[in-house]
Amino acid sequence: MDFNDTAEEAKFRKEAYEWLKANADLKEGPKDGWRASSEEEGLEQVKVWQNKLYESGWACMHWPKEFGGRESTPIERVIWGQEISKFKVPGGYLEIGQGMAGPVMMMYATEEQKARHLPPMAKGEEIWCQLFSEPGAGSDLAGLKTKSVLEGDTWTINGQKIWTSGAHFSDWGILVTRSDPTAPKHKGLTYFFLDMKSPGVEVRPIKQISGGANFNEVYFTDVKIPDSQRLGAVGDGWKVSLTTLMNERLAVGDASGPDFQEAFTLARGQDLNGSLAIENGAVREKLADWYCQQSGLKFAKYRNISALSRGETPGPQSSITKIVSGNKLQEIANFGMDLMDSAGIVRSDEPDADQSMYQYGFYGAAGIRIAGGTDEILKNIISEQVLGMPQDMRADKGIPFNEIPSSNK
Amino acid sequence: MNFEFSAEQTQLKDIARKFLEKEDSVKRARTVLEGETSYDEELWKLIAEMGFTATAIPEKYDGLGLGYLELCVIAEELGRSLAPTPFSSSVYLATEFLLKLGSEEVKQNYLPKLASGSLIGTFAHTEGNTSPTEANITCEVKGNLINGTKIVVPDGDVADFAIVTAKEGNDVGLFLVDLSADGVEVVNQQTLDPSRSHASLTFKGAEAITLGSTNEGWDNLQNILDRAAVLFAFEQLGGAEASMDMAKEYAMGRFAFGRSIASFQAIKHKLADMYIAVELARSNCYYGAWALSTDAPELATAAATSRVSASQAFNECSKENIQTHGGMGFTWEFDCHLYYRRCRQLAANIGSQSIWKDKLISSLERANQV
Repeated sequence: MDFNDTAEEAKFRKEAYEWLKANADLKEGPKDGWRASSEEEGLEQVKVWQNKLYESGWACMHWPKEFGGRESTPIERVIWGQEISKFKVPGGYLEIGQGMAGPVMMMYATEEQKARHLPPMAKGEEIWCQLFSEPGAGSDLAGLKTKSVLEGDTWTINGQKIWTSGAHFSDWGILVTRSDPTAPKHKGLTYFFLDMKSPGVEVRPIKQISGGANFNEVYFTDVKIPDSQRLGAVGDGWKVSLTTLMNERLAVGDASGPDFQEAFTLARGQDLNGSLAIENGAVREKLADWYCQQSGLKFAKYRNISALSRGETPGPQSSITKIVSGNKLQEIANFGMDLMDSAGIVRSDEPDADQSMYQYGFYGAAGIRIAGGTDEILKNIISEQVLGMPQDMRADKGIPFNEIPSSNK
Repeated sequence: MNFEFSAEQTQLKDIARKFLEKEDSVKRARTVLEGETSYDEELWKLIAEMGFTATAIPEKYDGLGLGYLELCVIAEELGRSLAPTPFSSSVYLATEFLLKLGSEEVKQNYLPKLASGSLIGTFAHTEGNTSPTEANITCEVKGNLINGTKIVVPDGDVADFAIVTAKEGNDVGLFLVDLSADGVEVVNQQTLDPSRSHASLTFKGAEAITLGSTNEGWDNLQNILDRAAVLFAFEQLGGAEASMDMAKEYAMGRFAFGRSIASFQAIKHKLADMYIAVELARSNCYYGAWALSTDAPELATAAATSRVSASQAFNECSKENIQTHGGMGFTWEFDCHLYYRRCRQLAANIGSQSIWKDKLISSLERANQV
C-alpha cells in the first residue's frame, strides 16, 4: 500500500501538469471554474478545447491510439483527473459519445465504421446521444416498444424515446429498438447507430425542474437506418445495451456540485446564531459524515483502480458512487441554503452568489439520483450482482412481449 | 500509487481468518459471555503462539518486526470472529504507549513479555459518565504515587498493568501502574458485552512510573489514540462484514410467501445499504492503515475518518442483521446479539462517535486541508 507516486507516475504527473499549465488557466479559488453563458457557447468552447487535447495526445485517455486515444493506464487516468481539476477548462457534452457510444462501437462496429466515427468522437467534432429510455420503459428498460422492421437492407423505425440528454445538439445517436414483439422481453431487441439528421427524427426539449432543458423527447416516424448500422446480431440488442449501461455508470460517476470542502468553507465563514457555524456541534457532525462519505468514495475508487491495474474488469461496485454522492449532494445543498437562513431560497441567477451553487445542487441532486439508473435499481444491482441475492420475481418472464400487461393496455 | 494490501499481507489475513475459524472463536465468545471467566485464556495463548501479539514489536524486543499493515489485517479478523481476548487493550493500546513513550528500561522489561502474550496490559482513562478531558480528570499523581478511580477499564480485571491518565501538577500525564501492586483495588464491572471483561481500578497510593514528559502527556495521548483508532476501526470493519454476511446467508435460506426473503427488495436494499457502509468503511480504513504505517502527517484525519466510518458500518450492519433475522435475531440462541453487543463495546472503547467526529473536523481545521 503506497499512496505516493512511483517515479514513473511522478514523471507523468509533471508532464500532464506542464501541458495544462501551458494551455489553460489555473483555478483561483474554490468557486472558480469554467462557465459558459449559453449552451451554444459552451459547446463551441468544448469543441475547441477537445481539439487541442486531441492534437496534443491528451484526448480519450482510455481509448486505443489508433482511434485518437492515449492508451493510458488506469492510474494515469486518475493522475490526469487530479491535475486537470486544478484548471479552468471546458467540460461536458462529450461523455455519452466517448464514455458509452465509443466503447460499444469498438466492440461491435466494422473496421471501416470505427475509422469513420471514432476519431471525430475523440476530437469532439461529432456529438453523440443515447436513445434508450421510453415513456413506458425507464428502470424496466427492456420493456421498450420503439419498433424496428427490416425490409431488404433497410430498417424502418417508429416510436418515441425520452430523457435523451443533448439530442438537440447531437450528430449521431445509439438506439435500441424492438425488432420482434413476439419474442420474450429481453430477446426481441436490436441495436443501431444513426444520423440524428435522418428524415423522420424529431427532437422536442423537456423543461426540467431547474427550468433548463438539457434533455428531450425524440420521436421516430418512418426513420430509415441501413442494416450496416446495426450493432450486434438481430435480437441481441439487450446484450449490447448492457455493455453500454455498464460504461454509463462509470461515465456518470460523481454527482457534480458542492461537496464537503464547499460546505466546510461556508460553515467557517458563516454566522449561525451569534457565532461561527463551524462551532455548532450539529454542523460539525454533519460535516464529519460528509467527509467520511467523500473520503470513502475517493479511496474506494482508488482501490477499484488498483484492481483494474491488475487486469480485473470494473465491477458493479462503482454503483455505490452514484448512490452515495447523489444523496450527499442533496443533503449538502439543503444544508448550504439552510445556513443562509431564509435568504437561502432567494433565487439568484448570478453564478457567483453564495446561494447559486447550493440551489444548483438542490435541483441537480434530485435528477442525479434518477439518471443512469435510479438509487433503487442500483441497489438491486448491488444485491444481485455483488452479493449474489436472487432477482426479483417477475410477472413477465418467458411471456411473448406483446402479451405482457402494460400501463397502456 | 497502490491502494491494496500486498499478496503477503493478504495471505496473513487468510491465515488469521482460517485459524480463528478453526478455533471456533465466535463460539468461544459466547462461552465467555455465558460463563464466569473474563476471557478465553486458551485462545489468547494460541493467538500469542501464532505471533499476532508480537506483530508490530521490533525484533530487538523479541517481536516479529512486521509493520502496522500486518496488524491491521489481523485486527480485521479478530473483529470478524469476536475473539474474546484482551488483544485490543494489550496490543493496540498498552504496547503502543510503551513503544512510543517508554524508557529503554521499561521497553526491555515489558515489550518481550507483551510480544509473547505472557503479560497483558490495558489503558485506564474513563472516570465518570462523560468523556475524559484535560479538565475533568481527577486521578492524581504526587511523588510517584497515584490516587483516584478509573471505571469501565477494558480487561482491567485480567491485565497485569495499566497505562493510566492522571493529573500531575497542572498537566495530565501518562503513568504505568502495576495492577498487582499494593494500593490497587480491582473490581469487575458487568457491561452490555460480557464477552469482553471490564473493571474499575481504585488507586490508593500505588506506585506510578511516568511515561514521556507530563507536560506533553495530553498530546502524546491523542497521538496514541489516533494510532489505536485505526486498529479498532479494522476490528469494527471485520465485525460489520461478518454481520452483513450473516444477514445475507439467513435471508437466502429463509422462505416466506413461497419465496426466499432474499428476493424481496425490502431485504435486498437493506443488504445493499450494509454493503455500501462496509465499502466506505473499508476504503477509509485502508487510508487509515496507510497513514498509520507511514506515520503520515494526516494520521489524525485518517484515523478519525476510519474510526467514524467503521463505527457507522458496524452499527448499520449489526442492527440490520437482527432485523433481517426477524424474531430469531432477537433470541439468545442466535449469534446476532453477540455482534450487536460487540459493536456497542467497540464504539464506546477509546471514545464515542460524537467525540471522533469532532476530532475529525478539528484536524481538518488545523490542516485546512482536503
